[in-house]
Amino acid sequence: MIGAGKIKQYANVLDKPLSRGRQEVSLSAFAFLFSELVQYNQTRVDNIAELERRLEDAGYAVGARVLELLCHREKGNRRETRLLGILSFVHSTVWKVLFGKVADSLEKGTEHEDEYMISEKELLVNRFISIPKDMGTFNCGAFVAGIVKVRMGYDLAVFHWLFVTSISSNWPKLNKLLFLEKGVLDGAGFPAVVTAHFVPVEGQHRPRTTILIKFAEEVLQREARLG
Amino acid sequence: MAAIYSLFIVNKSGGLIFYKDYGSAGRMETNDSLRLASLWHSMHAISQQLSPTVGCNGIDLLQADTFDLHCFQSLTGTKFFVVCEPGAQHMEGLLKVIYELYTDYVLKNPFYEMEMPIRCELFDLNLSQAIQKDRVSLFGR
Repeated sequence: MIGAGKIKQYANVLDKPLSRGRQEVSLSAFAFLFSELVQYNQTRVDNIAELERRLEDAGYAVGARVLELLCHREKGNRRETRLLGILSFVHSTVWKVLFGKVADSLEKGTEHEDEYMISEKELLVNRFISIPKDMGTFNCGAFVAGIVKVRMGYDLAVFHWLFVTSISSNWPKLNKLLFLEKGVLDGAGFPAVVTAHFVPVEGQHRPRTTILIKFAEEVLQREARLG
Repeated sequence: MAAIYSLFIVNKSGGLIFYKDYGSAGRMETNDSLRLASLWHSMHAISQQLSPTVGCNGIDLLQADTFDLHCFQSLTGTKFFVVCEPGAQHMEGLLKVIYELYTDYVLKNPFYEMEMPIRCELFDLNLSQAIQKDRVSLFGR
């Protein structure tokens, strides 16, 4: 058998230790792949908002997996339940694994209680990308926003609610179903709207990218309840 | 005083996709620059055929009384050439740097269409930095 004896065989895949996953990936290879991803999606949309949404969805798929993996690998199968905990988890642990460094800054929005911002002087995905003038405020950081985002569950839960109400009027059952759906889709359980923006910085040619996180009302209510 | 007069990037079919001029000498109209670029493209191709040496890659350097023209052709047939002062040094190195910037900020940009004119903010920005650096090192010498 080819390759037999080279790799230690485990009877059960679950016995296999989880790899540390610290290998570095070629930046060029990533840049080309990401560029292809954007181009592919660009051929399938009519407007910029749609493109941004599709990139966000692609990022969301990455985010769901990253969350799963990191909770297992870095936190011993525990998940953050508090607002600040999950924010610093994203800001440091997730960022470090994805981009090899901690994000430049994590701030609380000054105007609204429920807004937080993660800023990056030079977001890795934007390193080689120049946005054409006619695309306005479009930001490829939407992909990263998608990774951070947990909003999807929100939309789908509403869809699910419509679906379930059409087949059943049993409220307790419905609530339970809703809860399950959201529990899976929201990943960490913090539904929020996440968007990427360019913010001009004085004395710099390039604007920095800010990932704006606006949490759903229920998250803040729960946070208040937890004290 | 600028060592480099102008920079051209020509795609593999001879169309000018990037032109920038530095300093007042040799400034030209858009039509002239397009004509010059395709002229150079053809001359380069002809020289490859006419050359007595086997495996010739075309003209690398053209020396005239008032300027030098350094040319670099990438593997895919994109040509980069600078028109500079007679006897200016280290132009091959500069062309390599420009090629590197092209691969980074133009080819990795999802909004750039191959073989089309280059309109990338980041490329312009990094290019002017590279040219600036080249000038500083020139004055330092």
